[in-house]
Amino acid sequence: MSAISVRDLRKSYGTYEALRGISFEIKEGEVFGLLGPNGAGKTTTIEILEGYRTRDDGDVEVLGFDPERAGSAFRERIGVVLQQSQLWPNLTVAETHRMFAGYYEQPRNVDEVITLVGLDEKRDARVKTLSGGQKRRLDLGVALVGNPDLVFLDEPTTGFDLDEAEQLADRLAVLREGVIIREGTPAELTGGSNETEIRYRKDGHDVVVRTTEPTKILHKLAAEALAEGRELQGLSVRRPTLEDVYLSLTAEHQE
Amino acid sequence: MRLFRHQLRWEQRLFWRSRESAVFVFLFPILLFALLTAVYNGHIDGRPAAWGLLAGMIGYGAANTAFAGLAITLVSRREIGILKRIRATPLPPAVYLTAVLISIMIVFAIQVASLFALGRLLKSTPWPTHLLSLVVALALGAAAFAALGLAITGFIRSLEGSSAVLNVIVLPMAFLTGSFGPTRHYPQVLRAIGAVLPLKYLLELIKGIYLHGQQFWDKPLAIAVLGGWGLFGMAVALRTFRWEPREG
Repeated sequence: MSAISVRDLRKSYGTYEALRGISFEIKEGEVFGLLGPNGAGKTTTIEILEGYRTRDDGDVEVLGFDPERAGSAFRERIGVVLQQSQLWPNLTVAETHRMFAGYYEQPRNVDEVITLVGLDEKRDARVKTLSGGQKRRLDLGVALVGNPDLVFLDEPTTGFDLDEAEQLADRLAVLREGVIIREGTPAELTGGSNETEIRYRKDGHDVVVRTTEPTKILHKLAAEALAEGRELQGLSVRRPTLEDVYLSLTAEHQE
Repeated sequence: MRLFRHQLRWEQRLFWRSRESAVFVFLFPILLFALLTAVYNGHIDGRPAAWGLLAGMIGYGAANTAFAGLAITLVSRREIGILKRIRATPLPPAVYLTAVLISIMIVFAIQVASLFALGRLLKSTPWPTHLLSLVVALALGAAAFAALGLAITGFIRSLEGSSAVLNVIVLPMAFLTGSFGPTRHYPQVLRAIGAVLPLKYLLELIKGIYLHGQQFWDKPLAIAVLGGWGLFGMAVALRTFRWEPREG
């Protein structure tokens, strides 16, 4: 069963088309990552799913609800970490959790959540004394304290590392200018690009070759080097990482 | 109801925990009263000066607490994303706002009680005789100012400017309408401006009840004007109140 189902979702702000008909499904139990450059429509998408924004067109179903019309019953089941938000500076970590726990009918145990997000030692510290990273963990704790079935994380880490997305997400979609341009498991995304990068040094310069025929190129380079009696110094052959794929997709965007 | 009680309890804790709100919203009118009664002696309108100043400071307190204090609280919560965050929880928005309003009313009630106690202590001011009338008048006044406070949040774009903007409204209003002393000798223009401001009518009610032994219903015009300001504030608030911070 799908936790989230989005079909041909469209949203414009004035004449600017933020989302130009995107579709995706997220299954129960799946960790889904939505990637894309600034202004691609990620936050618009997530805020439509959370029920903050209305859509112009398309079908959206989250946990069986239409978030646009859903009320408390829907909000009992979701947890939200917003892109930019702070909490009360004068409350402690435990107090903040207790306050939010009170909004839900069946919250999780507050101490358990604090342990889960690794803030045990800061339990009784005021929020204003926390570091940036600790504040993000507090945001996460507050999102989990209602015991949600679904958690939305809008840019959960600062300077988010794509390798993390690769490790955490079961499936990824890359959004660009309001359109999903690539979707799949991290392995599919990186494997979908069939280029291999070959690097070596020649006469003190780095040489980089990107090719879809690595065997042939390597054979040729090796034969040349052997014939000239030199070494292919600093030779490396690697498959593109998610970051390479992502950067090449965003680079196309800038052309 | 459970959610309302939960939120009200936390609103009270949040208020008293914050030094800014406890000092500037709660304590400031009380300090001002202590200062003014030390300076003014003699009689105003045939009553000891402290009595009139007490009435004036209660009115100023209503504007400072229910209007400015509420507006600053809501703007700061909106701009740092707390209001938006609350909207993602099962807490209904109406329950949340009601708890915030009742919480600020509680602060105001404690402030009024403290002013009476301080007046008694410093200048032997009498306790109010028509207590029920006074409570009803203050509830109406605080509700009207709270509605205006909700309304003005839509026009304040950033947290940085909010307390400046609100003080520029509240202090001159208090001065023009007679919170800090009689306005009889003010120039015609200033009195005319004061005559349209809601605080003037709240002060009329308070002074009528506290100084002249009147009942709440003895000043129907003041009730109507205050009620009108309250409804106007509500109507504007319904159109302009926002839960989300300014974009970008």
